[in-house]
Amino acid sequence: MSKDWPLWEIFIRSKSGLAHKHAGSLHAADARMAIENARDVYTRRMEGVSIWVVESKHITASSPDDKELLFDPADDKVYRHPTFYDIPPEVGHM
Amino acid sequence: MTPQELQVGLYRLSDNGLILGQRLSAWCGHGPALEEDIALTNTALDYLGQATLVLKQVAVQEGLGRDEDDHAFLRDSRQYHNLLICELPNGDYGFTIARQYLFSAWYRLFLEKLSTVSDEFMAGFAAKALKEVRYHHQHASDWVLRMGDGTTESHTRIQQALNVLWAYTGEFFEFDATDAALVETGCWVDSGSLKSAWEKEVRALLESATLVVPADTWFQTGGRSGRHTEHMGHLLAEMQYLQRTYPGAKW
Repeated sequence: MSKDWPLWEIFIRSKSGLAHKHAGSLHAADARMAIENARDVYTRRMEGVSIWVVESKHITASSPDDKELLFDPADDKVYRHPTFYDIPPEVGHM
Repeated sequence: MTPQELQVGLYRLSDNGLILGQRLSAWCGHGPALEEDIALTNTALDYLGQATLVLKQVAVQEGLGRDEDDHAFLRDSRQYHNLLICELPNGDYGFTIARQYLFSAWYRLFLEKLSTVSDEFMAGFAAKALKEVRYHHQHASDWVLRMGDGTTESHTRIQQALNVLWAYTGEFFEFDATDAALVETGCWVDSGSLKSAWEKEVRALLESATLVVPADTWFQTGGRSGRHTEHMGHLLAEMQYLQRTYPGAKW
């Protein structure tokens, strides 16, 4: 077993209604400590109203080598953006 | 209640935060992990902020045109009224955490009661400070559990710290004529009434952390009346250095 505390990824929601956003990572021995540490490291200047923590090892990331395969095909599919619709003015900003 | 009694009461409130904040800020850059370093430094700043609020009130009551800095930095040792436990040197991290736990468990109960008094300043201050102190208390409780129920090394160290600190916990519950005068005018708490709740909580936490609650033998006293340990002069020398050397310095 490693002597170091495991790494955790920290997600902060800055306002009610918004989504949690990745804020950074830190070390902690368990989930409770990760939340306390996140509170101390990432919310000192009123950045948050909610914290999620997840141990970094539980995150599966896409490989940079797969970039072309995964993302390039979307390049020429402009019709997937809903820009060809007329939005009635009463809908307001979307 | 005389103005002098009120001033002593306010100092008893401000100086715990001022002196413990000074102690904790010495951990800045020396914490056992970056995250803990920031946690304790935040706590130190919370305490200093609380002291600032109360010392401002001292300056207002006094009405001599002095400000909170004069009261923080230009008093002599005998004029500070903090609990002795606040001025003890930090020791190792176990000692610092054990002190944080014993103190914040009491301070939280004290503020909960103070937030219900009729005096507007005291009740308002207590409600504001309570939010911060609840977190300090949770942070310290979690660490006492981890260290007590951790390795042999961490268990031994925090147990030793508790054994030393126990003699300083009697002062939490002292009650003298000044306290009585303040209670009478609705701006103070009879700390003695908090003792059973504090003991119950501390006993439960220490037992679940596999630690032994030290036996009550005799208790240190004096800080609340301005009689301090040998450590206080050194602490003040460092804390007051700038204002003493460059009187009126601002930045």
